[in-house]
Amino acid sequence: MGRFILRRLVGMVAVLFAVSVLTFVIFNVIPNSDPAQRMAGKNATPELVASITEEWGFDDSLPQQYLTMMRKVFTGELISYSTRENVNERIVEGIPATFSLCIGAAAIWMFFGILFGYLSAVRAGGWLDRGLTVLAVTGISMPVFWLAAIFLNYLTYKTEIFPSGGYVELTENPLEWASHLILPWVTLAILYAGFYSRVLRSSMLDVMNEDYVRTARAKGLSERRVMSRHVMRNSLIPIVTLFGLDFGALLGGAILIEGIFGLEGVGQYAFEALSNVDLPPIMAVVLFGAFFVVVFNTLVDIAYAYLDPRIRLGTSAQ
Amino acid sequence: MAPESIAAAGPAGSSPWRLALRRLRRNRVALAFLGLFFLIVVFVLAAPLWADNVAETGPNDTHTLEKIAVDGEKRDVVDPTGQPIGPVWFGADGKFFLGADGRLGRDEMVRLMYGGRNSLLIGIASALITTFFATLLGLLAGYYRGWTDTVIARAMDVLWAFPVLLLAIALGLVLAVGGLQIGPIHLSGGSIWIPILIIGFVSVPYMARPVRGEVLALREKEFVEAAVAQGAGSLRVMFGELLPNLWSMIIVFFTLNIAANMLLESALSFLGVGVQPPNASWGTMIATGYTLITTAPLLTIIPGTMILLTVLALNVFGDGLRDALDPKSKVRFEAHSGLSTPEGSETIEGVAP
Repeated sequence: MGRFILRRLVGMVAVLFAVSVLTFVIFNVIPNSDPAQRMAGKNATPELVASITEEWGFDDSLPQQYLTMMRKVFTGELISYSTRENVNERIVEGIPATFSLCIGAAAIWMFFGILFGYLSAVRAGGWLDRGLTVLAVTGISMPVFWLAAIFLNYLTYKTEIFPSGGYVELTENPLEWASHLILPWVTLAILYAGFYSRVLRSSMLDVMNEDYVRTARAKGLSERRVMSRHVMRNSLIPIVTLFGLDFGALLGGAILIEGIFGLEGVGQYAFEALSNVDLPPIMAVVLFGAFFVVVFNTLVDIAYAYLDPRIRLGTSAQ
Repeated sequence: MAPESIAAAGPAGSSPWRLALRRLRRNRVALAFLGLFFLIVVFVLAAPLWADNVAETGPNDTHTLEKIAVDGEKRDVVDPTGQPIGPVWFGADGKFFLGADGRLGRDEMVRLMYGGRNSLLIGIASALITTFFATLLGLLAGYYRGWTDTVIARAMDVLWAFPVLLLAIALGLVLAVGGLQIGPIHLSGGSIWIPILIIGFVSVPYMARPVRGEVLALREKEFVEAAVAQGAGSLRVMFGELLPNLWSMIIVFFTLNIAANMLLESALSFLGVGVQPPNASWGTMIATGYTLITTAPLLTIIPGTMILLTVLALNVFGDGLRDALDPKSKVRFEAHSGLSTPEGSETIEGVAP
């Protein structure tokens, strides 16, 4: 077991390393993107450009520049090329908004995704199932930023039911915090709840046809116990997998949602940096996002072992 | 005629494809949505007809300072405050049917039709690219296993860990600035092929993984052993034996991938790193319309509704296709290097908000 964990950790570091190299390469093949030129401004003298180049180390070899940048990422000394702000500080500032958005939305979409998926599967083929299927497929077929724009227009600008834009700290005013986040939460949750309910429905239908479910019924277990102990437990596995991937990816920046609702989280910072072709913050945000994707994948594997006794027994028998 | 009549007699003599077609024909909902998709295709293909004969303007022609006669009354296409004219329906013989698109005073209906062409073209072309490379990589990794598999699977892990929208935006920015040079082919920054290549590329891992899993399972089957015993080489086994067994999976993935790619295109275009101005796509039209959402909400609602209808049609039809091709389709698991993914997850990958 210890060796297994060690191997997974080495794998995680390797993936993060590759992601950082890929990011660095993408931003070093851009034509006309000499950062010194950009920083010096439009009417810069060659001397100014040369001094900036030297000061920031842009004349070092690319591997050297990569190493310097990575060292700064981990020591927290990374400075943006365009705004000259400390990148790590900006990311830390964005974390509360991004985490509030993701955790709240995830709670809503898990609740409705599981509820609707369960009802659909139990009533498969009936009217309730059909109605919920229509809702779910419509939910996953909408551009999420478009839905956000429509909500904002009709529920904020036109009727002022919800406050417009911005993020209020939870510690500052919990009521304001929630009211600013309801629309972003709901928008994100509609997309994912639709998707999760579809996945849960099909996985429950598969499990309900398994022999062990028939056996459980034959033993005379109550329907409630069959559902909770035998059906749901196994049907939730794909949901857990998806949740790991989606939640990890969202923490890395819900770029569109944060941008439209002006939440000033990590995602909005990422987009700002991207529009300025500003490599240091992009590198940091990409690593930040990839880190969560990789970590949540590992957590998913552990959750598997808990949900599926076959996996757990398989590892302990070795 | 003989095989046809046998097939009609019952399932005993029917090929799997024929059975699937029969199941699909019974799925009215899926067929209705396929019909909707064809209607949308006809709508965008009719763009030049509408533009030349009814609207008498092109998708990128501006009419900022012009006036048009709506039901005999002269009206500004764009009024002095910058507000574009709203839908006039047939008030001006079909000109500005849906109004103008903003300060530039372009015909919204004409742009909607031409923009739809771009959105659909990007969705379909990028799905072709994704499907081709995902199938090839999945076949190679699943067939050869060993270090070939390790290299491919690790490369996919890296792309998978990269937040997909961030990667697509980064590539979009880089390529929109400098264009792309592949051997003798040069694509300029505004080329529609740039979003096609980017979207096709970033979606590959989401499809290559399940294909690889399927190949790993298939290659243990007896028919592969039989082919090898008859002296079939690697290529023959991969493309003659394994590939035909993957077709049904590939077709379903392809359909759903078009839907997911259209959503990704709209997001990239909305952020300004997809289709470049002055060209239209439904995503860029939402971006233009969004700046006027409080005064002219239809400019946001209409292109978004077109995306919704198209993606919905593809998703519903794709689900029906899956049910028809694989009636017992199960959510299978491919446990590998800890990253596991259910096969059902292809539906909306790439829509990371």
